[in-house]
Amino acid sequence: MALPEENNKFEPDEYNPEEMKEEMLLQYPPKVARKRAKQIVINKFGSDGEVGDISPNVRTVPGLIGQRGCCYAGCKGVVLGPTRDIINITHGPIGCGFYSWLTRRNQTDASTTPDNHNFMTYCFSTDMQDEQIIFGGEKKLALAIQEAYDNFHPKAIAVFSTCPVGLIGDDIHTVCRNMKEKLGINVFGFSCEGYKGVSQSAGHHIANNGIFTHVVGTDDTEHDGKYKINLLGEYNIGGDAFEIERIFNKCGITQVSSFSGNSSIDKFANAHVADLNLIMCHRSINYVAEMMETKYGLPWIKINFIGANATAKSLRKIAQYFGDEELIAKVEEVIAEEMPAVKQSIEEVRPRTEGKRAMLFVGGSRAHHYQELFAELGMKTLSAGYEFAHRDDYEGRRVLPDIKVDADSRNIEELDVKPDPLKYNPRKSEAEIAKLAEAGLKMSEYEGMMPDMDSGSMVIDDISQRESELLIESFKPDIYCAGIKEKYTVQKNGIPMKQLHSYDYGGPYAGFKGAVNFYNEIDRMVNSKIWKYLKAPWQAHPELAAAYASD
Amino acid sequence: MLLKHTTDEIKERNALSVNPAKTCQPIGAMYAALGIHGCLPHSHGSQGCYAYHRSALTRHYKEPVIAATSAFTEGASVFGGQANLLQSIDNIFTVYNPAVIAVHTTCLSETIGDDLPQIINKARTEGKIPEGKYVIHTNTPSYVGSHVTGFSNMTRAMVDYFSEYNGSKNKIVNLIPGFVEPSDMEEMKRLAAAMGIKTIMFPDTSKVLNGPMTGKYKMFPDGGVTIEELKMTGSSIGTIALGPFASGAAAKALDVKCKVRCEILDLPIGLHATDAFIDQLRCMANVNVPDSINFERGQMLDIIADMHQYFYGKRVGLVGDPDQILALAKFLVSIDMQPVYMVTGTPAGKKFEQDLREITAEVPGEVKIKVPGDMFLFHQWIKNEPVDLLIGNTYVKYIARDEDIPFIRHGFPILDRVGHSYFPTVGYRGGMRLLEKILNALLDRKDRDATDIEFELVM
Repeated sequence: MALPEENNKFEPDEYNPEEMKEEMLLQYPPKVARKRAKQIVINKFGSDGEVGDISPNVRTVPGLIGQRGCCYAGCKGVVLGPTRDIINITHGPIGCGFYSWLTRRNQTDASTTPDNHNFMTYCFSTDMQDEQIIFGGEKKLALAIQEAYDNFHPKAIAVFSTCPVGLIGDDIHTVCRNMKEKLGINVFGFSCEGYKGVSQSAGHHIANNGIFTHVVGTDDTEHDGKYKINLLGEYNIGGDAFEIERIFNKCGITQVSSFSGNSSIDKFANAHVADLNLIMCHRSINYVAEMMETKYGLPWIKINFIGANATAKSLRKIAQYFGDEELIAKVEEVIAEEMPAVKQSIEEVRPRTEGKRAMLFVGGSRAHHYQELFAELGMKTLSAGYEFAHRDDYEGRRVLPDIKVDADSRNIEELDVKPDPLKYNPRKSEAEIAKLAEAGLKMSEYEGMMPDMDSGSMVIDDISQRESELLIESFKPDIYCAGIKEKYTVQKNGIPMKQLHSYDYGGPYAGFKGAVNFYNEIDRMVNSKIWKYLKAPWQAHPELAAAYASD
Repeated sequence: MLLKHTTDEIKERNALSVNPAKTCQPIGAMYAALGIHGCLPHSHGSQGCYAYHRSALTRHYKEPVIAATSAFTEGASVFGGQANLLQSIDNIFTVYNPAVIAVHTTCLSETIGDDLPQIINKARTEGKIPEGKYVIHTNTPSYVGSHVTGFSNMTRAMVDYFSEYNGSKNKIVNLIPGFVEPSDMEEMKRLAAAMGIKTIMFPDTSKVLNGPMTGKYKMFPDGGVTIEELKMTGSSIGTIALGPFASGAAAKALDVKCKVRCEILDLPIGLHATDAFIDQLRCMANVNVPDSINFERGQMLDIIADMHQYFYGKRVGLVGDPDQILALAKFLVSIDMQPVYMVTGTPAGKKFEQDLREITAEVPGEVKIKVPGDMFLFHQWIKNEPVDLLIGNTYVKYIARDEDIPFIRHGFPILDRVGHSYFPTVGYRGGMRLLEKILNALLDRKDRDATDIEFELVM
């Protein structure tokens, strides 16, 4: 954990976070202001390094205009969307399926599974009509599953419920069970109606539960290869997972499965034979890791491949876990091989980026991870916040026992998982885990974003449009990071905006090569001359030229 | 191959929609509402709806798309969304202060049966709507119709809420532009202005969703029809509605409410549809068509005549919205191209399908039409017998690449190119742009496929 350091205190000119917070709250009705006050926190460290508490994962105030999506988006869009060989049928009116069709840029390489299946370019929907709303949609769903099977012969079909499905009471799980029996392939459903929970986060949890219940652990095939890991919470936006796989291959680390960038359902089924789970996006996937640990004895560590130093650190953590001299040496060799290109790029770019200021409002992990890359460029993160994270993502998992479960979270099922009588196999003894912890490698630990941020920086959860405008007007950051909805609102102010969901159709930004891509991209953005074209010559120099006056 | 699981074996489907050629009502309502000046569209549903709609519209326009939501949770879904909407209205007027909030429903709020007029009324009696401000609404259940229906419903709501007859007719023509681009709306207004006709266009997204880079973000941009203008529509001499599916309902409602006679025309895409538009403007406003417009018409016809050999006999596949498909099909037939496959996801009805059959009656060979249909079936037709040109939204590019067919982007959404928001495809100039696009696609292909011996300098 980063301890408070005087030289870490962030005080650029005109930056008064307390004043800003007050200004933000002043515009709201009193009740709203009270609520937002708990979600806008000025980062400060206590005597033993603990950070102040924040109240995320609560309902968005209606009317405030935020960034969040829904439970369906988190389940179908984020977690299951990147799996290429499941036919994902959206059960509902056409919109939800349409909007989640290819819009998240999850790249996939179907040539790596023998059957070459890839349904990610397709959109499947029951296109529910008023007739189904009135009389029920179960029959149409069963027929849709049959038609998907007849036309495509997939090895698995998943069904995703949208809002009206829950309201009219369609029992999608029974339909799935019946069709599974009838077709002889895996068919399973997710009750991820958009109104559940308070954000995408509920959908992540539901997706984790479903994939754990219906798929993980159904194929016990053991593989050759050493140092078997699963990569969790990496969605292969812009090819990130390909770069990470390249590094794993170079190190001799065997990736058994990925949840769920460039993934195949066959790999999920077999994931429990790995020896370590690596968590990239803690928010969206920690449930699967926890459940796999309980059921199969597979421990997890938090890693981060965003940032060259973070990548090196993560590789060392993996090597330390396996404790094999050969891997430790190989990892050092790979880092030594990869770093010169990274350093060369930093040396070239950093003089132009040093001291520039960034703001990041995105996701449940990226607002944290990308601060690494900005730090490598000598840039300061002035303010950051998540869209759908929980307290543990901000303050670290040590606050988990203190988190009060509210009504919205209680509605999301917690699975009762027990050690598997046959397959439970703790990979490390308690003594070994304690020894690793002593040496600095803590299992099941995530320290959160706030401990890594400077004292005095602003942490804003579920930021609203107006708060974002105030930040931009007052602090004029050199770059602002969020998603597509914020992209042009920010840029109209003449401030470059980097999308950290879609990467603005660039990437990869993970790993060593990705870091270099990011440095170059940020250099292009914060040093672009185009923002100087705002005034036409006659606006800059409005004096009349009299030389051509006519009679 | 991007769509490698698509085969030429067509099996009947009655439940599964694959690669839809439509999306849901609320996004159309949101788009229409953005065409009112100072309006904040509001989605009465869960957060996912407005997040998806804003994202899709933003990707299409590469412009800020602002909207709010009632942010339903499970509780609201059980007990009704009244509390959420009341709170939302209060917060919006306090924080963002728009002139009007335009609420549309979603499948969620429709299924639970929220009564919007009652909630809005309550907001008014509780003083949550400041003096001189408005909250309007329309019902847009996602399980009925399509995005076109949503656009139509919100446009009609503008009439229901605002249009009034003030006792005397103004020499103004109402223009309802249809679910078209801001550039198209601008072009329709330009043509009318060139004829010396005063118009009120509603909705009007020009200068809203094709705005300039100024260094200062405006939450409520300069464009859009004002409330004052919307009120005046009831006193205009007549209404021209472009595109029956997107604009017909509002035009008819205005006729019923304020006795403003309406003419419902095809979208002015292509020579003859533009002729009909100009001619109607001429008759309604009792003006002459200026030479400048005759000149533009002549230019468009000139391109058709000069390049006719390249259009002649070319087979075209069309995917899109009913108003667009119908106008495009007529246009293509008029220049001797052959629209052989046509699909819209919108349930536009038997009459629409019949109209398409009549338009293409002279096209040799079998013409395949599916209403409502999806892009998977469309692709299967192509697998069975290819076409020379594809016209549709960005999703069609997956088919175009797999089948190696020239492709023009037209319709909604276009996610991977710019231009549609700035350059129209309606009117004569828009027609010239469309002709240029068709020629570029066909001639680039001819250049690419020609042998070294056949490669032509002059075409």
